[in-house]
Amino acid sequence: MSVVRRGRFTRKITAKISPDRSDGDDVWDVIQLARHQDRPYPLDYVQRLMTDFEEIHGDRLLSDDPALVCGVGRYHGRPVAVIGHQKGRDTNERTFRNFGMPSPEGYRKGMRLMELAAKFDLDLITLIDTPGAYPGAGAEERGQGGAIARSMQAMLRLPVPTVAVVIGEGSSGGALALGVADRVVMLENTTYSVISPEGGSAILWRDAGRARDAAAAFRPTAANCYRWGVADAVVPEPPGGAHEDADEAARLLDTYLDRTLSELRRLTDAERRTRRRERFRRMGVYREVPPEGGAAIASGRAGRSASSPNDHPAQGKRDPSS
Amino acid sequence: MHNWGVCTSCDHHFPVGPRERIAQLADGGEWTELWGELRASDPLRFTDLQPYVERVERAEASGMAEAIVTAELSLRGVPSVAAVMDFGFLGGSMGSVVGEKFARAAGRSAEKGRPLIVVTASGGARMQEGVIALMQMAKTVVAVENLREARAPLIVVLAHPTTGGVWASFASLGDFTYAEPGALIAFSGPRVIEQTTREKLPPDFGLAEAQLHNGQVDAVVDRRELPARIGHVLGILDRPRGFDPPPAIQWAHQSRERASRAAQALPGLPRRLADRLRPNSDRRAP
Repeated sequence: MSVVRRGRFTRKITAKISPDRSDGDDVWDVIQLARHQDRPYPLDYVQRLMTDFEEIHGDRLLSDDPALVCGVGRYHGRPVAVIGHQKGRDTNERTFRNFGMPSPEGYRKGMRLMELAAKFDLDLITLIDTPGAYPGAGAEERGQGGAIARSMQAMLRLPVPTVAVVIGEGSSGGALALGVADRVVMLENTTYSVISPEGGSAILWRDAGRARDAAAAFRPTAANCYRWGVADAVVPEPPGGAHEDADEAARLLDTYLDRTLSELRRLTDAERRTRRRERFRRMGVYREVPPEGGAAIASGRAGRSASSPNDHPAQGKRDPSS
Repeated sequence: MHNWGVCTSCDHHFPVGPRERIAQLADGGEWTELWGELRASDPLRFTDLQPYVERVERAEASGMAEAIVTAELSLRGVPSVAAVMDFGFLGGSMGSVVGEKFARAAGRSAEKGRPLIVVTASGGARMQEGVIALMQMAKTVVAVENLREARAPLIVVLAHPTTGGVWASFASLGDFTYAEPGALIAFSGPRVIEQTTREKLPPDFGLAEAQLHNGQVDAVVDRRELPARIGHVLGILDRPRGFDPPPAIQWAHQSRERASRAAQALPGLPRRLADRLRPNSDRRAP
């Protein structure tokens, strides 16, 4: 039995692999596994799970981005669309693939494929594995931020079933751009985080060498993401990790994917879209303090004079009705 | 604040607090803050150089509630909802509270058919809330989709700086996008790019003026002209099911003329419909 769905079995897996200790060594181990150079990449899964595959190239505006592979294929007899971050395995390929860091053209190619998916009623599978979107001057000039935002928008609008699978490292907006799906699932030894540990270390510790500390603080493992409700399920990997046995890793993922896509197929387009939105609308943890509990609810009248120069809420008028 | 926080000799735009900003947009009119009771939580029990809870407590102690302030106001006579970010609160970073308040503001806009005016100033997603902060990007995009369905305008003003996850989500999705002069607008900031790629960046990298050239914003607008500019575009958009028409300010003489013509043409028109027959609404007239 290899299907891991939200339920008893998943919790067992989660408990087994749960690295909730404070030393962070377990988290670091997962990060190393998630980045293992022999881990299967999207094209490895495509080769094992699909009977046909036709890759598309180019965003029809500027160029083709090899960091994102996009294409259509047949999966259990059904036509599907696949988008994945493709890292390279050797130095040449890594350079060619830009280490799986997409440019805006990559996301625009992805949106082309999403349009095809909507037109031909194809299930969409995204395979996430990136240290982040490419940070380059050219990418910025060509609208990296907008490309990521619009990719999320396009995923939210899709009528077809969508499943996002984190197959390696899912870091920052570059990962989330492909992650706004009906179901978000993570393989056992993967991470999903606001930023890579190196990036977090540089920003929060002002020292690029504190990546281990950053990893221990972010705790971005599949088990934790499942606990936080960011991942809907954790799919087990072969003993030792997916890199030990790509065929078995693909088989384990297949069991989950096939079943989940069938489930999603039973919903109407509108139901899928609504639930997808609700899923992401609910994300977040915050407190609500009552107004009388010391928190002033400012209510301004006649701007410049009444609204304080220091923007201090207590200096605004209290509005008892709120 | 003197001269709206703009230098009188060089026009440099200094940072301006969110409530001051809302007052500027309301242009002396009334405004009411919404959802000020939302406060940050610490889902990851996060500690870097200091615990996240302490950072939040210190920021709250200085009088700020969170990195975004939401309010209802009237902008040049148009009832609107505003969501204004505060760079002074943990770098304007987007955590769960920013995501939730933005989503609620968009919800209020959609439900009432009112424009949402957003002013951004943010370093991006709030690191200390980890992957949950990342998810706020998707949450705000959901909110933008709701606005779109309600046909409520989304006006984005990019103040200095707008970077990272904020630029890569709702800040990029405005129907009309204006940037303040000299504002840095980027997904990856210059330091990150230079460290990662060792590229030598031009001095104007990511600045509002360069981003206008790159096609990433509609205009670079002086802060003192923002209310007029936003009011202007809302006036043009004032169409079918969108939002209540602004009372005509510049076109008052036409207004009276058209109203009287409409009244003559359709005697006994219900008052509510007659009110609709204002300037900017004539194409809707039967």
